[in-house]
Amino acid sequence: MSTNIEKDEVTGTETTGHDWDGIKELNNPVPRWWVYILYATIIYSVVYWVLYPAWPTPDGGTKGVLGWTQHGELSVAMEEAKAAQAGFLARIAKTEVQAISSDGDLLNFALAGGRAAFGDNCAPCHGSGAQGFVGYPNLNDDHWLWGGTVEEIYTTIRYGIRARHGDTRESEMPAFGRDEILTKDEIGLVADHVLSFTGTGKSSAAAAELFADNCSACHGEKGEGDTDQGAPRLNDALWLYGGERATIVETVSKSRAGVMPAWESRLDDAAIKSLAVYVHSLGGGQ
Amino acid sequence: MSSSADQSIRLFADRTRVYPKAVKGYFRRLKWLSLWLLLGVYYLAPWLRWDRGEGAPGQALLIDMPARKAYFFFIEIWAQEVYYLTGVLIIAAIALFFATAVAGRVWCGFACPQTVWTDLFMWVERKIEGDRAARMRRDQGPVTISRISKKLAKHVTWLLIALATGGAWVFYFNDAPTLLVELVLGRGSFTVYSFIFGFTASTYLMAGWAREQVCTYMCPYARFQGAMIDDDSLIVSYDTGRGEPRGAYRKGETWDGRGHCVSCRQCVVVCPTGIDIRDGQQLECIGCGLCADACDGVMEKLNLASGLVRFDTLSNLNAQARGETPHYKFFRPRTIVYSLILVIVGMAMLAALMLRSETSVSVLRDRNPLYVKLSDGSIRNGFTFKVLNMKRQQKSFDLSLSGIEGARMTVIGQAKKPVARVSLSVRPDQVGTYRVFVHAPAGSLPSESQSLRFVLVDRLLNITTTHQTTFRGPPAR
Repeated sequence: MSTNIEKDEVTGTETTGHDWDGIKELNNPVPRWWVYILYATIIYSVVYWVLYPAWPTPDGGTKGVLGWTQHGELSVAMEEAKAAQAGFLARIAKTEVQAISSDGDLLNFALAGGRAAFGDNCAPCHGSGAQGFVGYPNLNDDHWLWGGTVEEIYTTIRYGIRARHGDTRESEMPAFGRDEILTKDEIGLVADHVLSFTGTGKSSAAAAELFADNCSACHGEKGEGDTDQGAPRLNDALWLYGGERATIVETVSKSRAGVMPAWESRLDDAAIKSLAVYVHSLGGGQ
Repeated sequence: MSSSADQSIRLFADRTRVYPKAVKGYFRRLKWLSLWLLLGVYYLAPWLRWDRGEGAPGQALLIDMPARKAYFFFIEIWAQEVYYLTGVLIIAAIALFFATAVAGRVWCGFACPQTVWTDLFMWVERKIEGDRAARMRRDQGPVTISRISKKLAKHVTWLLIALATGGAWVFYFNDAPTLLVELVLGRGSFTVYSFIFGFTASTYLMAGWAREQVCTYMCPYARFQGAMIDDDSLIVSYDTGRGEPRGAYRKGETWDGRGHCVSCRQCVVVCPTGIDIRDGQQLECIGCGLCADACDGVMEKLNLASGLVRFDTLSNLNAQARGETPHYKFFRPRTIVYSLILVIVGMAMLAALMLRSETSVSVLRDRNPLYVKLSDGSIRNGFTFKVLNMKRQQKSFDLSLSGIEGARMTVIGQAKKPVARVSLSVRPDQVGTYRVFVHAPAGSLPSESQSLRFVLVDRLLNITTTHQTTFRGPPAR
C-alpha cells in the first residue's frame, strides 16, 4: 500500500494516499454532527470518571464522588426484595404448616422459597432433584421413614434425626451381628424372611420366628414398618441401603443410623415451613 | 496526512444550511395529504376503543408489555406468536422494495417519519420566521430582539410538537385515558417519562436540527436505493433534452435554439435536501417531487408545457433523446417478483392467523429426577402441563393417557388416588399450569424409555389433540 497523497481531479479533494488495486479514497472531512457526538462521548466519559469508580490505583481505585458501588446497588436490591417478601414470610410464620396449601398465593410463595432453600441446604445429601442417594432417602417417593404428612415432614426438618437436639427423632436398631445378638446363620435366615415379604426370598418357620422375636416390635409382623419409630417398611420395593440379600445381611449385622441435622438452629420457622411444603409437594406427600 | 498538504486541510465539513422555499403544486398537495393522514393516524390511533369484554383491555391498539400480549382490534397476539411480527416486517420490507422499484424513493419523500415530521417542523418555521428569503436575511443579519423572540417561539413550538410525539408513543403501550391522567398528575412511571423524554428529544433533534442529514448520512436505505431502482422506475428527473441548453430568458425572446430551462433555480431553492435535480439522479434526492412542482409553476407562467422536471423513467428519457416513443413498462421481473412475494407472504400470514389454534398445550417433562420408583414398584414421571386458553371463555378439558398399559395419573391439587382420566379447567385468557404425575405399574415398561401420549379433549368443542412425550423408567436389567 503506497502513500501517495494526490489531488483528485474531479472533486478537487485530496486522497488519503491509500491505494487498493487502483481504487483510491478521497480524504473528505467527517460530518459535523458526527464529530459533536464524539466530543459528547468524551465529555460523558470525563463526567463518568468523576462520578463513578473508574481508574485503578495501587490501593484499589478511584471511588467517584457519588459513592456508587455494585455491592451497594446489590444490597439495596436485596433489601427491596426482602421487604417485598416480608409480608409473605410473616404470614407463613403465623400459619400452621398444614394450612399453607389452602391459600394459593401463600402456597406458591412457600413452594418457591422451599425450592430455593432446598437447593441451599438439602441438596448436598438428598440431591438437587431430591432423588436421594444410598443412605439418604429419595423424597419424591411415597416411602417415609418418619411419616409423609406435611406436619411430620416439618417436625423431621425442624428437629432432625438423631441430631443434637432435645426433641430430635431418635431410634436405634441393634447391631445384631456386631453385638452378637444373632449368629451369622440366624442373620441370613432373617434376611431371607425380609426378602420373602416382597416375594424375592424364601422364608422358613425358623426364620419367621427369628423375625418375630427380634424385628417385628419395630418393623411390624409383616414388615409394614412404623413411622413413629423411624422403622422402615420392609415389604415394599424401596430400599434405603439396597435390597440385595448381602446388603440386608450387612444392615442387620451392623445396624444403620442415618443422621439429619436439626434445622431449627440454622433456618427460621418460615423457611422450615416452606421446605416442608416443598418436600410434601414433590409427589409422595401424604 | 497533514505533512503532504501545504494549505491547511479542513477536517470537518460545515453543514450547508438548507432554506427550503415554500412551493405549491400537485406533489406538495400529496405531501400535505400524506402528512395529515399519517400524523392523524399516529396521534389518534391509541385513542380508538374496542370492546373485548370484561377484564380485557378496551383499547383497539395496545401492546401490553407486562402481560406479554398485543392487541390489534379483533386480533390478540400472545408472546409465543411474536413471529407474526416477522411476517409484518417482511411485508413492510418487500412493500418498500416494490414501491422503490415502481416509483423510486416515494417512501422517503412522502411517508417516512423523518420526512413527515421535518415537513411539519418546516411549516412551523415558515409560519413563524417567514419564507426562505426572510429567514436567510435574518440569519445573516444582526442579533435583534425580534430575531431572538422568533427563534424562541419556533423552538418552543417544535418542542411542544416533539413532546406530543413522544407523549403519543407511550399511549400505544398503556391504556391511553388512564395514562394521560397519570401523566398530567405526575404519577406516571419512570419508564414512561424516560420514553417520553427520549422520543421528544429525538423528534426535536431529528426534525428540527438534523433534517436532511439524517437521510444523507444516517439512513442506510438511502445508500442501497441504487440497487432497487432500474431504468424503468419512475424517479424525479430533469428532462435534459428539453431543458438544455439552459439560460436566462427575457420575455418575448424566441425558444428556438435553446432549452426550456430558464436557470431560475426554483427547483434548487425548494429542495428540502438542497440539491440541484438538474445534475441527475443523486444520493441526497428523497424523491419528494417538490422541484417538479416549482418547475411546473415557472413553466405555467412562461406558457410552456409542464413536466420539465417530472417523475419519469430513465429508459423513457433515453428513448425520447433517441427520438423514439417513450413506453412505460410496469411489469418487469422485479415488480413481478416483489408482487408475488407480497401476495404469498400476505396469504401465508392470513392463513396462519385464521388457522391458529386458540388453545395450545406445552408439556414439560421433569428431568431431575427422571423417574421415581414408588413403594409398590410402580414408576412415576412428573410433568408440568401448560394449557393456553386464548379464548375469552372458561375451557375445560379431559386429559387421558395412551401408550402405556395401565398408566394412571394424579394431578397436584386433585384427588390423590391415581386415575385414568382427569379434568382440567383453564380460566378465560389465561395459562393453566398443572403438575401431572403419571404412574406406570410395575412391569409395564419394557424399556428405559417409552413413548407416551397425552390425549386432551376440549369438552366444549369436542376437539381432541394429542401430545407426544416420553416416559422414563429404570434401565432394563
